[in-house]
Amino acid sequence: MAKVRGAVVVDKEGCKGCGVCVEVCPQDVLSLNREVNSRGYHYSYMKNPEACIGCSNCGVVCPDTCLTIYRVKVLESEI
Amino acid sequence: MDIKDIIKPENLVYKKSELLIDTIMHYCPGCSHGVVHKILSEVIDEMGIQEKTIGIAPVGCAVFAYNYIDIDWQEAAHGRAPAVATGVVRLNPDNIVFAYQGDGDLASIGTAEIIHACNRGENIVVIFINNGIYGMTGGQMAPTTLVGQVTSTTPAGRNVDLNGYPMKITELIAQLPGTSYVTRQSVQTAAAVRKCKRSIKKAFQNVIDKKGTSFVEVVSTCNAGWKMTPVGANKWMEENMFPFYPLGDMKDSDKKEVSNN
Amino acid sequence: MGELRLMKGNEVLAEAAIRCGCDGYFGYPITPQSEVMETLMARQPWEETGMVVLQAESEVAAINMIYGAAATGKKVMTSSSSPGISLMSEGISYIAGSELPCLIINVQRGGPGLGTIQPSQADYFQAVKGGGHGDYKLIVLAPSSVQEMNDFVDLAFELAFKYRNPAMILTDGAIGQMMEKVELADFKPRWTNDELIEKCGSWATTGKPAGRKPNIITSLEMDSAKMEANNKRFQEKYRKMEEEEPRYEALMCDDAEYVIVAFGTSSRVCQKAIELARAKGVKVGLLRPITLYPFPKKAIAELSCRIKGFLSVEMSAGQMIEDIKLSVFEGGCIVPVKFFGRLGGIIPSPGEVVKALEENFLKG
Ligand SMILES: Cc1ncc(C[n+]2csc(CCOP(=O)(O)OP(=O)(O)O)c2C)c(N)n1
Ligand code: SF4
Ligand code: SF4
Repeated sequence: MAKVRGAVVVDKEGCKGCGVCVEVCPQDVLSLNREVNSRGYHYSYMKNPEACIGCSNCGVVCPDTCLTIYRVKVLESEI
Repeated sequence: MDIKDIIKPENLVYKKSELLIDTIMHYCPGCSHGVVHKILSEVIDEMGIQEKTIGIAPVGCAVFAYNYIDIDWQEAAHGRAPAVATGVVRLNPDNIVFAYQGDGDLASIGTAEIIHACNRGENIVVIFINNGIYGMTGGQMAPTTLVGQVTSTTPAGRNVDLNGYPMKITELIAQLPGTSYVTRQSVQTAAAVRKCKRSIKKAFQNVIDKKGTSFVEVVSTCNAGWKMTPVGANKWMEENMFPFYPLGDMKDSDKKEVSNN
Repeated sequence: MGELRLMKGNEVLAEAAIRCGCDGYFGYPITPQSEVMETLMARQPWEETGMVVLQAESEVAAINMIYGAAATGKKVMTSSSSPGISLMSEGISYIAGSELPCLIINVQRGGPGLGTIQPSQADYFQAVKGGGHGDYKLIVLAPSSVQEMNDFVDLAFELAFKYRNPAMILTDGAIGQMMEKVELADFKPRWTNDELIEKCGSWATTGKPAGRKPNIITSLEMDSAKMEANNKRFQEKYRKMEEEEPRYEALMCDDAEYVIVAFGTSSRVCQKAIELARAKGVKVGLLRPITLYPFPKKAIAELSCRIKGFLSVEMSAGQMIEDIKLSVFEGGCIVPVKFFGRLGGIIPSPGEVVKALEENFLKG
């Protein structure tokens, strides 16, 4: 059985901490960091990386295009 | 499997469009303008029309749109983008011209220009950002502001006796025979963004096919003007804007032959 | 010798536009200049040269269509009359602020407000001092004959492109409606796309090819230091125009003791007036500014050192007289500068002008 794994790379400096990506994630992967970036925004990060399925929903809604998404099919044995 | 094994070029599924200039946009966090800019740059890139496209930026929060998408741009006076676009396209019919306008720009100060450009069936795309408020000037009432909605010039809420009614200008525009495609979309969820992108792509294709005016309204948020969080604004929009401004296509046809009788 | 015809001033503006390779016209009807667009529509230049002609929904739309088209490097023009030019003023300011070349024709009528459809020169200030908001200048040409209506269309485009600045032909209903013999210019082809790219490719929004930066036409600059630099660049451009472009015609000024200054329709009257005055033994000349901006300051300053006084004759309450006074003042030889004008759409008669000359300078 194959499973899909994904990963989100956040452009930490470009993120404005709007939280829209957090809201649209179906897997509850993302959260806003308690730390801030150099412009004072609580940037988004993968709080729960294992759950990411690489659906790109977060990337698609991000108004500042700060998210790059990767996805790969993995075999159960590789997990 | 380790994260770094996933983050490899061959696994890339979503990245910033090449046409988006590498700079931080001036928009407030969560603003719909950014999403629509992203869609536009993706569409222009995917259709391979960068060399032919000329964008007309409005006066409003999107006044600096020209700093963000890597194409030739003109900055129009407040409300005049459809007239400017007319001038461009009439003399350069092989170019692909779009006007990008807010609701104050399009539905208030520029009402005459948009109605007449659409009525002439100018071969252009119009992107209409309806966020129900004047964002740039600090959250005053727009023609699209809902009844009861609080803005800085309707502190007790929009009162129809005083301020008139919210204007469904897109419905009006759909009546004009010069328009071939008129639709209302939104960008608050991934599904909505994908759908909106298909609409914008279709609008550009219509211009390539010389079908007349294609008009895409995007019901949007201005969380700063509405004084809400970005996520809260999206929710408020779904609950309050969508019932009054229902999403979907209003018209999808070829330019009509119209006679006097 | 070009083709000779008997034509109305307004019709000639249209014909000259087609012949000089103009790419487009956008306008809105208003008396006394509607014949410009009517002539174009009847001539159908789109069949002949490819020139586009469009009736806009308002002057506001027309001037913004000009903005859009001019921003692509095309040779475009509009025409209107006084109230319409007021409506266009916002757009003209944007065009000047974005440094776009174009031609705007004002066939003036009397104001203020709806005023009269009779000829007037009361939009002088509006034309030469800006009109819209901000520090900007138009190149302003004032024809005094139907022949010059023909000649100045091409000249206006030439200057507009030379300086990347809007140019205006400031005329009035009298010349617009007047029939005169005119020698038409020969046809010049419109620029090809390659020619346009060669001349305007560095700034015009023609669509961004791979490898060049986006061309952006805007008058906006939020950084005050940069905005000041932009304004300084405009001012330098205006100083250069003031140095190189003033045009005027001097009639019988060599031995003159008094000089009448008048442009356009009023200069025609004054030409007759100086003949009448000379017949009475008064040594009077006529200086006719052809460019109202840049104003022929030097010519006036030089005259001021060898004459006894100027009479400004205008179809207004006295607007150009301020520029004459400034020119005299800057020249340093202070002589009286007097005024005679008619208002409300009335053209002064030569006899009235002679009388004004006598009353101001020769009595007591
Ligand atoms: C002639 C003129 N009048 C008024 C303004 C001030 N102004 C700038 S933007 C704006 C409203 C913009 O609102 P909207 O079109 O809804 O765009 P948003 O900022 O919400 O995106 C106004 C009134 C102006 N720039 N020019
Ligand atoms: S949507 Fe974009 S800007 Fe907003 S928090 Fe997520 S990554 Fe940051
Ligand atoms: S004020 Fe409103 S419209 Fe303007 S950038 Fe902010 S959220 Fe967007």
